[in-house]
Amino acid sequence: MRPSRVPWALLVLVAAFFVPAVGSRFYTFLANDVVIWALFATSLNLLVGYTGLVSFGHAAYFGIGAYTTGILMKRLGVTFLVAFPAAGLVAAIFALFFGFFCVRLTRIYFAMLTLAFAQIVWAICFKWNEVTGGEQGMPEIPYPDFGLLERLAPLLPPLGGYRTSEYFYFLTLVLVALCFWALRRIVASPFGRMLTTIRENPERAEFIGVNVRRYELAAFVLAGSFAGLAGGLFGIFNRGVFPDFAYWTKSSEVLIMTLLGGMGAFYGPAVGALVLLWLNQQIISVTEYWPLILGGILVILLFAFPGGLAGALEALRTRLVRRPRSA
Amino acid sequence: MPDPSFVFAQSLSGLTAAMFLFLIASGLSLIFGVLRVLNFAHGTFYMLGAYSAFQLVQWIGTGPGTFWVAALGAAVAVAALGGLVERFLFRHLYGKDELYQLLFTYALVLILSDVAKILWGTQQKSVSRPPGLNGAFSLFGATIPYYNLFILLLGPFIALAFWFALQRTRVGRFIRAAALDRETLGALGVNVSGLYTGVFVLASFLGGLGGALVTPVRTIVPGMDTEIIVEAFIVVVIGGLGSFWGTFLGSLIYGQVLSFGILFFPRFSIFSVFALMAAVLIIRPWGLLGRPLK
Amino acid sequence: MLDVHDIRKSFDGFQAVGGVSFTVPRGSISAIIGPNGAGKTTLFNLITGHLTPDAGRVVFKERDVTGIAPHDLCRLGMGRSFQRTNIFPRLTVHQNVQAAFLSHRGRGWNLFTPVEGLYREETDALLQSVGLLDKAGEVSGFLSHGNQKQLELGIALALEPEILLLDEPTAGMSAAETRESIRLIERIAADRGLTLLFTEHDMEVVFSIAHRITVLHQGRVIADGAPADVRLDPEVRRVYLGESH
Repeated sequence: MRPSRVPWALLVLVAAFFVPAVGSRFYTFLANDVVIWALFATSLNLLVGYTGLVSFGHAAYFGIGAYTTGILMKRLGVTFLVAFPAAGLVAAIFALFFGFFCVRLTRIYFAMLTLAFAQIVWAICFKWNEVTGGEQGMPEIPYPDFGLLERLAPLLPPLGGYRTSEYFYFLTLVLVALCFWALRRIVASPFGRMLTTIRENPERAEFIGVNVRRYELAAFVLAGSFAGLAGGLFGIFNRGVFPDFAYWTKSSEVLIMTLLGGMGAFYGPAVGALVLLWLNQQIISVTEYWPLILGGILVILLFAFPGGLAGALEALRTRLVRRPRSA
Repeated sequence: MPDPSFVFAQSLSGLTAAMFLFLIASGLSLIFGVLRVLNFAHGTFYMLGAYSAFQLVQWIGTGPGTFWVAALGAAVAVAALGGLVERFLFRHLYGKDELYQLLFTYALVLILSDVAKILWGTQQKSVSRPPGLNGAFSLFGATIPYYNLFILLLGPFIALAFWFALQRTRVGRFIRAAALDRETLGALGVNVSGLYTGVFVLASFLGGLGGALVTPVRTIVPGMDTEIIVEAFIVVVIGGLGSFWGTFLGSLIYGQVLSFGILFFPRFSIFSVFALMAAVLIIRPWGLLGRPLK
Repeated sequence: MLDVHDIRKSFDGFQAVGGVSFTVPRGSISAIIGPNGAGKTTLFNLITGHLTPDAGRVVFKERDVTGIAPHDLCRLGMGRSFQRTNIFPRLTVHQNVQAAFLSHRGRGWNLFTPVEGLYREETDALLQSVGLLDKAGEVSGFLSHGNQKQLELGIALALEPEILLLDEPTAGMSAAETRESIRLIERIAADRGLTLLFTEHDMEVVFSIAHRITVLHQGRVIADGAPADVRLDPEVRRVYLGESH
């Protein structure tokens, strides 16, 4: 990872806080969507980009997180302060159980099993009417209670005068930023380095003493829990939780985002989320054939820019700046 | 205790569904066995086969034998499409990561299904049964449409024809060899890339044919591709990725589990097929009749 | 230090290794030789836990380690290099060796400390001893074959092994590279008191440094002993008749 002198991520975060002030409600909505998907995609990248495990069922944990928060807040009246971490925890537990079986398999079998488990989750959500609302899902998940913030507003003027959806957007920014910070620490840690050795050469990793299966399971659980947290936020943001959150096409959307942004860079998937969602908005206002365009973009990516946007940017940078750089 | 003739009818409908699924899944299994890639777009070829058959019937009209001409024509058209895709696009991804190949097939799904929407809209379409096979007969108290009987017989016929071709013909032997060791085969002077194109064409033909033949029985709607591909995945996993008879067996099992599942445990039927898929992957990943991959 | 007792392994009816037994004394340099297909790499894989034997035992430091997982064996003090160079291609030379230190010193489950700068001195020292310090920042996948082999040695050494199993360490090298490589290995083994077990095709190499040679043919041991004795063994000569060395 090349350390940059400019803290881009921090700048982007600060800028993001100003979106409700300078942009319309629509832009706040879009930004909120992007931020949550950025977390979802980055969690997947921990598996795909850093450990080399391609999962086709990552949406399962997204869905589990969403349903956990939804059920806790809507049916049981639990506060967000508990419901949000619970999303991550419950998703982690499922990831531990599913992952235990998945990491015993390799490559295509691994991918197929992750898909099978995700479809099982979807099927349960789809049919278990009493708990999950079945096919109709659970609409109208309540927002967290922002009463405290509103009461503090007279003391701290910047805190006042926002709509609930905007308060939720700020909350999302803070929580996602914390998650990104944690994920960043994880990938830059010795644990993260062990994961990359598994990606590069699992056989060799075994022979430097790495218990490959155990590390892969750990990566699986971490990835699943952050996806769960993203799901917990999304359920509220989306004003409803639905079974398709866990359907395999959702898994493929997030995989494409990760690829688009670049699996080799930490913020790649986040960039991918931004570009994809923004493009989606632009295209669907003009035509309904978004899948066609998306498919086309994907083909171009696969043939011309396998490193995604981050890879293309890096290639451009090394071409412009001819100085050799050290790692 | 459910009525025996009813059980028989359910079982038969499960068998019929299995035979359709076998047509599609066999193509998927063939591509995986030789090219080592799971072709997500296979379901979309099936859908295009259905739409093409519909379109051909529109153009040719409904005379005697038009259905068969349309079905065959649709299969050929889809096969040609498959060949073009392999020859000009997919071929360039062979050296690269499997993930890229998989995502390419998914991109095809996105593109082709929207193309189908552009050409044929989103309203349901259907094709009537060929006049020769209209009507039904009675057996053990169950009413069996003649067309379903045709499918029930066609399935095993194609399976045997296929098996014979793979075992006895030169091309078949090359295909089996390519599945085991493509490098050596290439070193022996066999045109491996031509073989790959051929395999893709053949598999697409089967998928398109399946789609064309299913039109009198199921309505043609967008989304039929993603629905069938998941079913096909389940079948090839259960039977064994790359195993031909495994696919046949897997289709049979899937058909029965689904039809009886819907009957006795309607809420669990979707869940049960995925649970079956997961169970096979956990206990015996290479499926009932497959062999462990290298 | 390492004892192999009557190890057997068959694949689909083909017996790759059939009843092989030998002993590697502590501090010695031992070699396993044999024509292609004799089962040398399979034997290594059986010893290091990559394959489970059908029968027989592997005893390391008086402990039965038959079939235990490679990562555990590694922690017990067995190091290994592979026939096809096995490194982490997209990591730099420095990162390759550092990863071995991280794993070996038990830091692998640390999720929060930044990894940059950890074990820098140890890594640099090791790179120096295998002659790769000047290439520390290069991406290892782009190194020459010989350099990659050096790196592989470095990775194995970072794990502080007591015995090092080298699978065809000079494969694909020119005569000059081979000489240098062997000198390096010998020196390092002497410096660290390592026991070496290696497989080789190059007879010159083997006869120049091995204290003990075991000859395999079609999965069985046909000779075992000091180089002088093995050289004169009639069975060995018969098997190697026609070999171009």
